Amino acid sequence: MKIKASRYEKKDYIGYLFLLPWIIGFLLFKFYPFLMSFYYSFTDFNMINPPELIGLKNFIKIFTTDADFYQSLKVTLIYTTFSVPVKLIFALFIAMVLSMKLKGINIFRTIYYLPSILGGSVAVSILWKFLFMRQGLVNKILSYLTIGPIDFLGDPDVALYTISMLSVWQFGSSMVLFLAALKNVPGELYEAAAVDGAGKLRTFFKITIPMITPIILFNLIMQTINTLQTFTSALVITNGGPVKSTYLYGMMLYEEAFQFMNMGYASALSWILFIIIIGLTAAIFKFSSYWTFYEDGGDF
Amino acid sequence: MSNRRQLITYLFLILLGIIMIYPLLFLFSASFKSNEEIFSSISLLPKELASVTFEAFRNGWQGVGKYGFSTFFTNSFLITVPVVIVTIISSSCVAYGFARFKFPYKKLLFTLMISTIMLPSTIIMIPSYILFKNFGWLNTYMPFWIPALLGSDAYFIFMFLQFFRSIPRELDESAIIDGCNRLKIFTKIILPLSKPAIISAGIFKFIWTWNSFVEPLIYINSVSKYTVALGLKMSIDTQGGEVMWNEMMAMSCLAIIPPAIIFFVAQKYFVEGISTSGLKG
Repeated sequence: MKIKASRYEKKDYIGYLFLLPWIIGFLLFKFYPFLMSFYYSFTDFNMINPPELIGLKNFIKIFTTDADFYQSLKVTLIYTTFSVPVKLIFALFIAMVLSMKLKGINIFRTIYYLPSILGGSVAVSILWKFLFMRQGLVNKILSYLTIGPIDFLGDPDVALYTISMLSVWQFGSSMVLFLAALKNVPGELYEAAAVDGAGKLRTFFKITIPMITPIILFNLIMQTINTLQTFTSALVITNGGPVKSTYLYGMMLYEEAFQFMNMGYASALSWILFIIIIGLTAAIFKFSSYWTFYEDGGDF
Repeated sequence: MSNRRQLITYLFLILLGIIMIYPLLFLFSASFKSNEEIFSSISLLPKELASVTFEAFRNGWQGVGKYGFSTFFTNSFLITVPVVIVTIISSSCVAYGFARFKFPYKKLLFTLMISTIMLPSTIIMIPSYILFKNFGWLNTYMPFWIPALLGSDAYFIFMFLQFFRSIPRELDESAIIDGCNRLKIFTKIILPLSKPAIISAGIFKFIWTWNSFVEPLIYINSVSKYTVALGLKMSIDTQGGEVMWNEMMAMSCLAIIPPAIIFFVAQKYFVEGISTSGLKG
């Protein structure tokens, strides 16, 4: 008892006062909704009648009879496995170029970062729709090169990738994180490698990559979580079409919940997504222990 | 680095830079073109200066129904400005609590706080909607203001926390000797020293809130309360056969101007901010 009393001096309880806004906010807007969504997923809640427990019926329906579920899941997984790696590889590559000591490099940093600021907005989605329409600007440019026209938004095999490119275009925030990480790699390591006669490629894979793995991991996880949930661009640009080829999971969730008011069913859908996210994050973490490197030995 | 390699690097950077920025420049230039000219030329400059027109702005600004973009812009500011202010206040306050006090269960609370960053928003979307409905907050801006007031964005708590850790504790201690209480230390010493963190949190939150689409889409249902994002979406949906692309471009252009201005004015802080805590995008 005595030890405890000395560890927490009395005045330090004031700390709770400073935490109070967050504690209330956490309980009310995070923890309570979290529990409730679990509960709703086992109910038939439709906003009209009070929720009634129906056991696993929602989940059974989702897995056995809902074709849209498999379609949107497929679309979302393709979208994520395409846009996240492409975006991160691109971001890392540009960060490497930008970390060179060149005059005026900050201008490029600003230009490359700008799309990330505006990219998620409806305004830019509308622009994207215009650029990639059949008569749009991109086809116009391609026609000068005697290519196309390509039906970027109307062809079910292409539309999803057109939308993915909007996400790739916003590589800026990952790039800035990579830049910061690259700056922190000790220069002596590169000098030592040069003395040992290691080539560019070898230095990259044996020094640069291992030293920035924590940031790679962080980027990978955050981008994956965000990308799995997005649907603004698909909603504005193609409205899920053609033939549901861009019907992202988030869009299905939104429609079930807020257009058809199937709150119970949509909650079940959201829990399936949540479990997928947890599973993927855990897999990335587990897999990462083979390739991440921490200077202080670990404990992430 | 040899001159030749330097030159190649610059060429590459410039070429990529043009590709990156071209869509945005086109958005800007298309706003001053007629609907026919948008389709006929890829040039950023209009055919001749005489063909520059502000018609797209004038017509687009009217909107498609009873309410135009003057309403939508006012609404967007009405949501965004209070959200930015209360986010700064609440998240700096909570971060101060974590940074400078020792109390039981601090580690547990901290872990919970950080884990909310990873909590998918889709999982709490539906119950939050029902909660706000029960509070009578639907079709008001309370679902934006109140959670922000209660530290809903853990990114910013974390961002402030990282910053406060860099402020020497000796400052606090000497202030205590001078008879300051903890609140005074926070408001008179810590906050004035935290301008960079305050500015970067403010610009992030401004831009995210300004651009947000899903939350307004869910919580707001009368057109008179629509934000710019909702107004844009409505305009493009309600235009039937022939979309007036020049008007859509003009309004989209205006919609990205506030975040773009903030970005350019404060980009130094912005890049710093994202490299210490940046998660979004």
